[in-house]
Amino acid sequence: MNSLRLILRYFSASLRSQLQYPGSAIMLGIGAFLTTIIDMLAAWALFDRFGQVQGWGLGHIAVFYGVVSTSFALTDFFTRGFDVFGNEFVKTGAFDRILLRPRSPALQLVGYEFRLSRFGRLAQALLVLFVGAAVVGVDWTPDKVLLLAWTITGGVALFTGLLVLQASFAFWTTESLEVFNVLTYGGIQAAQFPLSLYAGWFRNFLIFVVPLGCVAYYPVLAILDQPDPLGAPDWWLPTAPAMGFAFLAASFIAWRAGISRYTSTGS
Amino acid sequence: MYAARPYLAAFSSRFLLMLQYRAAAIAGFATQCWWGGIKVMIYAAFFAAAPDAAAASPMSLAQVITYTWLAQALLALTPWSADPEVALSVRTGSVAYDRLRPVDTYSLWYVRGAAWMASRALPRAALMLLGAGLILPLIGLSDWAWKPPPTLAAAAAFAISLPLALALSSAFLMIVNIIVAATLTDRGVNVLFNSLIIVFSGNLLPLALYPDWAQTALLIQPFAGMMDIPLRLYVGQLSGTGALAGLGLQAFWTVALILLGRWAMARVMRRLEVQGG
Repeated sequence: MNSLRLILRYFSASLRSQLQYPGSAIMLGIGAFLTTIIDMLAAWALFDRFGQVQGWGLGHIAVFYGVVSTSFALTDFFTRGFDVFGNEFVKTGAFDRILLRPRSPALQLVGYEFRLSRFGRLAQALLVLFVGAAVVGVDWTPDKVLLLAWTITGGVALFTGLLVLQASFAFWTTESLEVFNVLTYGGIQAAQFPLSLYAGWFRNFLIFVVPLGCVAYYPVLAILDQPDPLGAPDWWLPTAPAMGFAFLAASFIAWRAGISRYTSTGS
Repeated sequence: MYAARPYLAAFSSRFLLMLQYRAAAIAGFATQCWWGGIKVMIYAAFFAAAPDAAAASPMSLAQVITYTWLAQALLALTPWSADPEVALSVRTGSVAYDRLRPVDTYSLWYVRGAAWMASRALPRAALMLLGAGLILPLIGLSDWAWKPPPTLAAAAAFAISLPLALALSSAFLMIVNIIVAATLTDRGVNVLFNSLIIVFSGNLLPLALYPDWAQTALLIQPFAGMMDIPLRLYVGQLSGTGALAGLGLQAFWTVALILLGRWAMARVMRRLEVQGG
């Protein structure tokens, strides 16, 4: 209860500070809107020119994209602290102060900033998801709604895991590794197309190393009532998002290891 | 020549400073390999899925692949965000010092911005050429490789077009910088212009692959000159009079944006708010 109240206070403080720059806040919102439109723009232009790819149409891509982008928007809303952890906490030594406070470091990092602009992305992602689903004729039965929620939860777990892992690396590098953007923003890009379009080694990477395919491709196949063209068994499709939680658990092992070896930069 | 000295010094000092960030260059290279790789695989799948449409496409798959690697290599040449140095000086108030220097502030910021983009692009482009131009063919993936320009004329046109692209990007960067100076923060403006640049410079998708009805409009807008026109010249998709028109468009937009930027700068600086503390 105490933690929850603390989070709410963090939330209201963050809200008020972002509204200090109203012009900037509005442009951030419009920017988030445009970014989401853009993600679909290339796919739209390609389908306009080429018609279809391996039997997939723009509607299918919209559903894949909508699911993974919704997961990321939700994650991005509360993980800013992990995103900037290296530069703002480790490099500056500000993490010392966090460790001194009688609350868990992860909780305090979640409270670092709640980014309002992510609601723009979330709204767009959901819009794309449901328009795409309407185009390909998804029948939203209760079990499919449940599967969608489970898929998005798995996606949030995976993206949170990526952000925690990015922050954990900062214990060794003392800097934020922006290379991780490849796996978050780049992951959305990769996961919006069916895995069957990719070369085998890249497919395996997206299933076994950073399981983006498990929180988008497989469960969305189940939502679309399609068997996997690559031959994964049917029971696996709705089970796959569990991999997101496995990834999150592994990330927290790295995070613990990082904290235990943390030495302040002294600045 | 004497009058240009402070600007040349500003350019070279920023250029050399930014070249020191080797880890950032390698990280950028890794990012660009990922994006480039995904894009190449997706384009290949689309071209293979619809042979008729692929034959009718204004660019062949090989051209699209070379374009994609080049676009990733030269990513830093587009004005992705306001110059962080300018944004910082606006935030801390040290913009007042820039105003006190006995040089033209617009020109100073312009050359510093140009140096910033050029020095970030150079190591990334070199690494990408090594990776996509040399290593990919060596490991037997020459279908997926960055290929040399098809003709000498294409190479020459690209060599003229690339500096023009930098001049145009710097002129646009100045407009972004001026908006930062007026709004006192770079966050909103960066996100907003990011999207425009990704789409209209051809970074998202080669402009030639958008629907045919949009082609003229896409070619004459200013962002095309920052990346799309030089890359079309390189792969030979734009040649002859088309090439001359492309270069002319780049020059026109550079001059137009510099004039616009100077006018806006004069207005903003007349009542500049300097933050202190």
